[in-house]
Amino acid sequence: MTIGGLPGAVSPAGTATLVEEFRSGLAAPICLTWELTYACNLSCVHCLSSSGRRDPRELSTAECRRVIDELERMQVFYVNIGGGEPTVRPDFWDLVGYANAHHVGVKFSTNGARITPEVAARLTASDYVDVQVSLDGATAEVNDAIRGAGSFELALRAMRHLARAGFAGFKISVVMTRQNVGQLDKFKALADSLGAQLRITRLRPSGRGADVWDELHLTAGQQRQLYDWLVAHGENVLTGDSFFHLAGYGQPLPGLNMCGAGRVVCLIDPVGDVYACPFAIHDAFLAGNVRSPGGFAAVWRDSELFARLRGPQSGGVCASCSAYDACQGGCMAAKFFTGLPLDGPDPECVRGLGQRALALVDAAAPRPAGDHSHRTSVTRATGPVPVSIGPRPADVVATTASSPARRGVPARACGQDPLAGFALPAR
Amino acid sequence: MDAFDLDSAYRLHPQVSVRPERFGALLYHFGTRRLSFLKSPALLSVVTALDGAPTARAACAQAGVGAAELPAYARALATLAASQMICARTAA
Repeated sequence: MTIGGLPGAVSPAGTATLVEEFRSGLAAPICLTWELTYACNLSCVHCLSSSGRRDPRELSTAECRRVIDELERMQVFYVNIGGGEPTVRPDFWDLVGYANAHHVGVKFSTNGARITPEVAARLTASDYVDVQVSLDGATAEVNDAIRGAGSFELALRAMRHLARAGFAGFKISVVMTRQNVGQLDKFKALADSLGAQLRITRLRPSGRGADVWDELHLTAGQQRQLYDWLVAHGENVLTGDSFFHLAGYGQPLPGLNMCGAGRVVCLIDPVGDVYACPFAIHDAFLAGNVRSPGGFAAVWRDSELFARLRGPQSGGVCASCSAYDACQGGCMAAKFFTGLPLDGPDPECVRGLGQRALALVDAAAPRPAGDHSHRTSVTRATGPVPVSIGPRPADVVATTASSPARRGVPARACGQDPLAGFALPAR
Repeated sequence: MDAFDLDSAYRLHPQVSVRPERFGALLYHFGTRRLSFLKSPALLSVVTALDGAPTARAACAQAGVGAAELPAYARALATLAASQMICARTAA
């Protein structure tokens, strides 16, 4: 999610902070992610919705249209449509057209499989549709190890079709991993050469990402490298505001430096379940369902979970840290799915406190809900993956060693805060 | 781009939608795909008054903006004009 940047804030006085306002929630989300289907032709190892097979309870075309009607009434100006691969829904283009006719702009994420020259031309002609092609390596080796054999060519072909059709500023969306963070300049050059815009986001231990988090998430050194790169080149690079935990290094990054879950963002999944954010598909973050009386608007307005998220938050063990104002304790989903308390440090805390806390956590972190993975294995690129960064630091290695079951103990030995170890109860 | 002029007529850009919020309003431009935030209800009143007022200055007066605050509002409106959230209202 990029909020168009807080530079977009226009104030005659310039005193009140918008972030304060955002924390207590808005009348409607600014940024809504809508996963239209769990069906997907790929099986990316880090898929945050564990997609693959279609869920038979998927919202029908009529139900999707009703959701769009609601979004129009609530003045949700645009939705980020994803999946799964949303374009595999036979009614995908129909729904995009319906949304546009009802003043709801669409930005959709795709792996590119269905972006033919004809589709690219049609998209270019539409004012209210934006496209984001996923790519997780600037080379086929790095990309295909994550997204599957042939997926690099698939994405590149789609991008060339978009560029040739004259679609200016489509997005190339990259999840940052240990293997591709060294390719940032290459990604930027690729985007520039196609007249596209680079978008990089944070790997989350959500969905199948939970299974590969330990091997794919950035090392401490790489996080610093990414931060420095963003400070130097961040002007024209979108980040979905997903690296606010790196603000702990000092200078805040462009965009909204806070967690917007349930406050300014949320997720509608293919069966209509509403979660606090796209990275939190778990009962603990389930706010309701759009099929219930009152629909999506009632969930957004009345959910107890959202009310809690919009209330005052305890900084917990982080409250006394000098970086807390900058990093806000990091990402809720990243903490939850690594087994950390929500009011403690992010697993990738730039001060290393997350690594220390992880050493105290039971190996069994909560599992992401709903596995829609293909039951058959998908051909994955084999062979060595070139890694351009040095060995893991010793402290990372130490925390992956089996640690004794210490669930429920304070995140730090001296943590006397009554909320230490508190996790959001299932609704 | 023309400089913002308090004594000209302005309007909300036809591709911009306004969503009132507790702090003021959210503006979205469907053409540029940019969001903007009006950080005060008074500024929202000014923006809403633009369409029906002969000049931006008149819209400010109509929304109850005093002379002392006028320069701040002029700056805010200039920012909105620069990002095409509002535009000059020429003979329609």
